[in-house]
Amino acid sequence: MSASFTQLLIDDMAALTLLISFALLAQHRMLSVLHWFAAQGLLLAATAAVVAYSSGEHELYISAMMTFLLKGLLMPWMLWRVIRKLHVHREVEPLMNSGATIIIAVAVTLFSFHVMQPIELTSDLMTRNSMAIAMACVLLSMLMMITRKKAITQVIGFLAVENSLFFAAIGATNGMPLVVEIGIAFDVLIAALIFGLFFFQIRNTFDSMEVDAMNASLIHKDDHE
Amino acid sequence: MTSLFIQLLQAILMVLLAPLVAGFVSVCKARLQNRHGAGMLQPWRNIRKLFAKEVVLAEHASWIFRFTPYVVFTATVMAASVVPALLLDTPLSLTADVIALVALLALARFFLSLAGMDIGTAFGGMGASREMTFSALAEPAMLMSVFVLAIGAHSTNLSTMIEHTLSTPLLIQPSIAFSLIAMLMIAIAETGRIPIDNPTTHLEVTMIHEAMLLEYSGRHLALMEWASMIKLLLFSTLIIDLFIPWGISMTTDLTGILLAFSLWVLKLAVLLLALAVWETSRAKLRLFDVPQYLGTAFVLSFLGLIIHYMLEIAA
Repeated sequence: MSASFTQLLIDDMAALTLLISFALLAQHRMLSVLHWFAAQGLLLAATAAVVAYSSGEHELYISAMMTFLLKGLLMPWMLWRVIRKLHVHREVEPLMNSGATIIIAVAVTLFSFHVMQPIELTSDLMTRNSMAIAMACVLLSMLMMITRKKAITQVIGFLAVENSLFFAAIGATNGMPLVVEIGIAFDVLIAALIFGLFFFQIRNTFDSMEVDAMNASLIHKDDHE
Repeated sequence: MTSLFIQLLQAILMVLLAPLVAGFVSVCKARLQNRHGAGMLQPWRNIRKLFAKEVVLAEHASWIFRFTPYVVFTATVMAASVVPALLLDTPLSLTADVIALVALLALARFFLSLAGMDIGTAFGGMGASREMTFSALAEPAMLMSVFVLAIGAHSTNLSTMIEHTLSTPLLIQPSIAFSLIAMLMIAIAETGRIPIDNPTTHLEVTMIHEAMLLEYSGRHLALMEWASMIKLLLFSTLIIDLFIPWGISMTTDLTGILLAFSLWVLKLAVLLLALAVWETSRAKLRLFDVPQYLGTAFVLSFLGLIIHYMLEIAA
């Protein structure tokens, strides 16, 4: 593979990552959110592998492998099990209508492009162009967290933030040191496990996965006391 | 002189081939549904039959109603005749500007909607209102998707854009892929195809284009239907020009033109076959879902634009 071809491949993957971030925001059904989340993990693993090939950093192959197993397969599967057991797979309930969310998303993308452009100029890596996209993806995942009612979509948003940060790390520095990466990967895995347990607890306590309902329930409890 | 002749030939081809193209799509669809189909020449027969019939006008029809078929037909033919299909550099290629093209189609659409409302039937007004709502979303998306290519070529002129595409190496640039998908979605919406509108029915509550034609008869109807067939060919040729122009002739020699013609027909056939498969495998969208469909196309083309700046210009 020539350098320009790898460059193009990385650019294509960065573009797809941005597309997936938008797709995550635009989905209406819980299962399709999960599918796109899994796709994000798989794409991330592929990107890490390509960057590993082009930069010659062999440690990145290991983190690509880990990303593939953890973020592409294990975590989506765990979330799928939780969704199936909780019977929340039907509708994603956004706080705003999807048109407004997408307009904000476009504005956020433009903002991150504007902010990152001067920073990109200081880098001489092959992946420097994807930094703005990584930043946009982080902000878009945060947008997903704040515009959703259900706790489970918020958690997917949180995990998508982590995915985007990993993408940013690949783009900005050709990946973090392997020790740090393994640490983060397991932290996120544990977080996902704990989230899974929490979902059941939340449902038992509040009878609902909606954050508003949880707040209301707590306020109500205070009144009683 | 030869290039002028080829320009004329191209325009005539666009107008004459359009019914065949519509026939080809319906034959493909019929075969996919295990029917025999009416044959590729059927749209031609329909048009001939309609021209022979007398025009029945409603009592309250004003001059707008009678005038519209000619405006719509002329505007569409004008738009179709400047799009390069065979030869890159023709005498009229300076006028083959994408924005002008969109404006010509908007003029046709404006008169079509006026005519729909002019007659005062419920269906006409409904169709006109829907057409206007959706075109307000489709037009910016289409322009945006063309701008992705126009920024690279530094021009909205079709010939210049084709030249730019031909001179860049054959690589899948992400921004162009986004713009292509958006353009395909818009083309389906603009030519009134499934899942947005069904071109074969006159009896649906959710129809858009046909609702405005409901009161037309005779040669007026023939011109309207012909114009919408030309529009289908126009959009297919536009997509070919913008995204897969390889094969278009640079010079006016006979072999080049013949090669360009056969390649053009081949690309058209592939594109229209894909359209037939797409239409057969899809159900119509709910009317209230159409804005979301068009919004997706807009966002895709906008992403293409952003990505073009982020990844391709910065590099």
